[in-house]
Amino acid sequence: MNYIYYPGCSLHSTGKAYAESVQTVFRALDISLEELEDWNCCGATSYFSMDETEAFALAARNLELAENQGGNGGVNLIAPCAACYLVLTKTQHYLTTYPDIKQKVNDALDKVGLHYEGKTSVRHPLDVLVNDYGLDKIAKRVTRPLKGLKVACYYGCQVVRPYATFDDAMYPTSMDRLVKALGAEPIEWPLKTRCCGGSLTGTIQEAGLRLSRALLLDAQRRKADILVTCCPLCQHNLECYQGRINRKMKDHIDLPVAYFTQLMGMALGLEEKELGIHRLFIKPRVAVSAQKKGEPAHV
Amino acid sequence: MLSDINQPVPKGEWEPRIIAFFCNWCTYTAADLAGVSRLKHAPNARIIRVMCSGRVDPQFILDAFARGADGVLIGGCHPGDCHYMEGNYKALRRMRLLRRMMVDMGIEEARLRLEWISASEGERVRTVINDMVAKIRALGPLALPGRFKEWDKEIESLEDEVRGKEEAVHA
Amino acid sequence: MSDSSNNGSIRVGFYICHCGHNIASTIDVDAVAKYVATLPGVIVSRDYKYMCSDPGQEMIQTDIKEHTLNRIVVASCSPLLHEHTFRTATEKGGLNPYFFQMVNIRENVSWVHTNREAATLKAKDLARAAVLRVFHHRSLEPKRVPVNPDAMVVGGGIAGIHAALTLANAGKKVYLIEREPTIGGHMAMFDKTFPTLDCAACILTPKMSQVKNHPNITLWTYSEVSKVEGYVGNYNVTVQRKPRYIIEDLCVGCMECIEKCIYKEGKYFDEFNVGLSKRKPIYIPFPQATPQLVVIDRETCIEFKSGKCKKTCVEACDRDAIDFKQTERTEEVKVGTIILATGFQTFDAKRVPYYGYGKYPNVYTSLEVERLVNASGPTGGDVILRDGRRPTSVAIIHCVGSRDKNTNRWCSRTCCMYSLKLAHLLKEHTDAEVYNFYIDMRTPGKSYEEFYDKLLEENVHFIRGRVAEVTDWSDRPSEEGKLVIRVEDTMVGVVRRVPVDMVVLAVGMEPKSDAQDVRKLFNISCSTEGFFLERHPKLAPVDTFTEGVFIAGACQGPKDIPDSVAQAGAAAAQALTLIDSGEIELEPNTAFVVQEECSGCRTCLTICPYSAISRDETKQKAYINEALCKGCGTCVAACPSGAIKQNLFEDEMIFSEIRGILETESADTNGGSSCCPT
Repeated sequence: MNYIYYPGCSLHSTGKAYAESVQTVFRALDISLEELEDWNCCGATSYFSMDETEAFALAARNLELAENQGGNGGVNLIAPCAACYLVLTKTQHYLTTYPDIKQKVNDALDKVGLHYEGKTSVRHPLDVLVNDYGLDKIAKRVTRPLKGLKVACYYGCQVVRPYATFDDAMYPTSMDRLVKALGAEPIEWPLKTRCCGGSLTGTIQEAGLRLSRALLLDAQRRKADILVTCCPLCQHNLECYQGRINRKMKDHIDLPVAYFTQLMGMALGLEEKELGIHRLFIKPRVAVSAQKKGEPAHV
Repeated sequence: MLSDINQPVPKGEWEPRIIAFFCNWCTYTAADLAGVSRLKHAPNARIIRVMCSGRVDPQFILDAFARGADGVLIGGCHPGDCHYMEGNYKALRRMRLLRRMMVDMGIEEARLRLEWISASEGERVRTVINDMVAKIRALGPLALPGRFKEWDKEIESLEDEVRGKEEAVHA
Repeated sequence: MSDSSNNGSIRVGFYICHCGHNIASTIDVDAVAKYVATLPGVIVSRDYKYMCSDPGQEMIQTDIKEHTLNRIVVASCSPLLHEHTFRTATEKGGLNPYFFQMVNIRENVSWVHTNREAATLKAKDLARAAVLRVFHHRSLEPKRVPVNPDAMVVGGGIAGIHAALTLANAGKKVYLIEREPTIGGHMAMFDKTFPTLDCAACILTPKMSQVKNHPNITLWTYSEVSKVEGYVGNYNVTVQRKPRYIIEDLCVGCMECIEKCIYKEGKYFDEFNVGLSKRKPIYIPFPQATPQLVVIDRETCIEFKSGKCKKTCVEACDRDAIDFKQTERTEEVKVGTIILATGFQTFDAKRVPYYGYGKYPNVYTSLEVERLVNASGPTGGDVILRDGRRPTSVAIIHCVGSRDKNTNRWCSRTCCMYSLKLAHLLKEHTDAEVYNFYIDMRTPGKSYEEFYDKLLEENVHFIRGRVAEVTDWSDRPSEEGKLVIRVEDTMVGVVRRVPVDMVVLAVGMEPKSDAQDVRKLFNISCSTEGFFLERHPKLAPVDTFTEGVFIAGACQGPKDIPDSVAQAGAAAAQALTLIDSGEIELEPNTAFVVQEECSGCRTCLTICPYSAISRDETKQKAYINEALCKGCGTCVAACPSGAIKQNLFEDEMIFSEIRGILETESADTNGGSSCCPT
């Protein structure tokens, strides 16, 4: 399997922990990740509202670079950031379905000596781990099972809508199954694909925080010990504003929010520093380091 | 390409000629359904109705090629659904063998096609015919009658040569 | 190329039909007629507007007489439609009807091609092929077989019951086979039926009772068909009769045995109440079950599981009607016609997890609610939820598993009406607010729209929008402890959250899960959705492609009770047509062995799926039993000597068709093909 790694802008800044944990976990599982050379910003969701064709061209450049880097035959481009994943998937989909858009984009790319053929598959690391690598193999590599740990698996919107490529759009279960394979207990909760507020926390904070608050309160109400996510903006929204929400709404939210790869890394017995655990504001209360076999992971 | 499948071809240009043997209960009914639904498709196929795909004798197929067909299509019921229980399995066995023989004879495999089309699959009749016409068009004409004539001429001239040499020896 | 039955030459009459504009607008019928007139043997070549009409048919008859024609070819629509019509016309003209050949230039040409030149050329090719083929036709007599007057109806729901009664009342002996221990089907589970709000049991049970008492009906419940052999008019059906472990003649349905069963309370999924209550291993499905017999379920009865039960049931029965030693019985019956009325199943609501069925206890399917509001249901008609509460608000979600690309694409036809009915019943039985969430309101039947009108005045809330999800997550205090319906109210253009206590899913109708297995037994087909396939959706909705087998009711497609009953009557009428004509004509396309050419190689013996071929050991030749032969032609293709021929599909005929199609006049010297019209 030819995996090329697209970090995107967030993973180089606020999402550093995600980058670190993804790379550490993949390395530990012997899945080789080659970073995409000379990648550019995917444009995220905002560019599409400015100029659709330019937005496609911007994202398509990455797809094309991946195609070249991967040699002939299909290549799998892994984009951990959910927004990058969605933008690249959408671009891939539109270029295959609408020949006139493909033509325009290729006209632009031709000017810089590139031409998109359509051989790149855009994948999410959750998809790759669960469906390519396999849950059985992961379970075998777990050295510190997270027994008794109740985990709220939060997918957010972008990996399941509008393209439900590797899981069900309304009722996804990949992360839940992965968490189970790590020995933990995923909680059953109806909000796992409800929006966290996205960029609203930056623009209309009232609205954004309302959405994040609903998620945190419900997860906490259902006795989750930790919430794991697969998107850097979701992680940021859900973790960083708990204090502010508590002050405003007189709530008592205190829920660690981590990347699913970080949780995975802990169960695989990897170094916390290399998983970016130190970058979390709320330390996950997972007693891993002193855990004997059979002891519950939750402190 | 497929969009001009209904356009007239300029006089003198070759058009693929396909003979189709359709079984009465499934494929022929599906072709009728395609008709009722007005699903337009290429006019290159000519249908011969049989009761079951199991009736199709390999000799029919070879005769069709020998007389100038560029492709032969057999349409039968899906495995397990044959109106006469097993006729389509017999057709499948025969086609497999025939195909191997055909290849040895120099006729491309793609010219003989066996498709399972059930009575409600009118759309499939259209897709299969259009697809087959496109593929045969790409392969080019088989033109066996003409080739037979050429080979006959070749053999004649060879025989003349041999006869000439024999006469020379006797002389 | 003369036929020995006609001392002289072949004289062909060719007719091409315009079919109004259907053929003539795409094919130059005049040119085809003129072209065919030039073919050897063609004496008459005409075109006419409507060949199948009386004048058209008379034209054929007149020509036969006036021109001493001995072969007829008609180029028009599909033989599946009018071959019989023209064969009859040929016969009326004094010729054997099998001297006729039909050319399909409508369904296969004019309706599917747009290029006039190409279509006309194709019509000429096919016409030429038919003319060459018909030279080889021979005089044949149709096979006549007697029709067994007995009939079988498979499925004892309302459709099966009505079909059986219709046939029985017409004086025919009917076997009614039902898989469950009682007849009644889904209708027996309903509370009231729309639009009259008749009590379902009240209108059904008299019919069930008629079935039981009818001298012409043999009712076999707890039985299934395992094998069907034979052909129209002469079917041999094998039926497996499951043991009830009750001696039927002795049991009076007093139910003492159930009362005294070692189980104090029911423990097993009660199928009739859709799992809302539990039953014991010994049970009667519902009080009016027909036949009124108890049944012991082998899977759950302790005596079968361990062999060590006290058998208090046996003690309790003062008629000694319990017999644990009963075994499965195999019955073989001969019938002439079969009607399949096997019904439907409801959509499994677990396939749409976002509606919470199975996750939240107070989400129900419509079938469960029918039992809930029914006076003889698990709660005696009192609407009490699984958590013991009484609902103050109810949501009814339409189109669950219908009109949905992700589940079933079709509209299940009955759900809007039954959802309105349930809304009405829930209003009657509770003080709850009732909300119907619909996409479109489909109320097309007689008095159905008026029923809807009535509901509009009963304070039921109607919200047009496809429900996105049912969730227990509350956004505000008023939603605590409730199930929240999240839906876009498309009439107002707002996304709404409606908190309710109870959710009812209007589940769609789908084919039974074993429909494919059942249809293979009877040699019929299913459509792509999985319902049994009718011969023609408009003109033959209860016939199948297999003669003698008919379908009726929901097994053919989703429908309500009036339509099921109508179809059942129609199927019975079709069956009666066959039965009362006493015998049936079968297409004489059987195969036969030309003894002189048979080498006795035995290749054909195992080829026939109907075992119609046997070997005469003295002559060492193969012999085909015409009565068993169904005319598939597989043996014909298999015979290495070419000794087997098939009437109507002889090798010579097919080779002529091939030759006719491919030998165009304009074949150039390279023998290559070109599509230039001549």
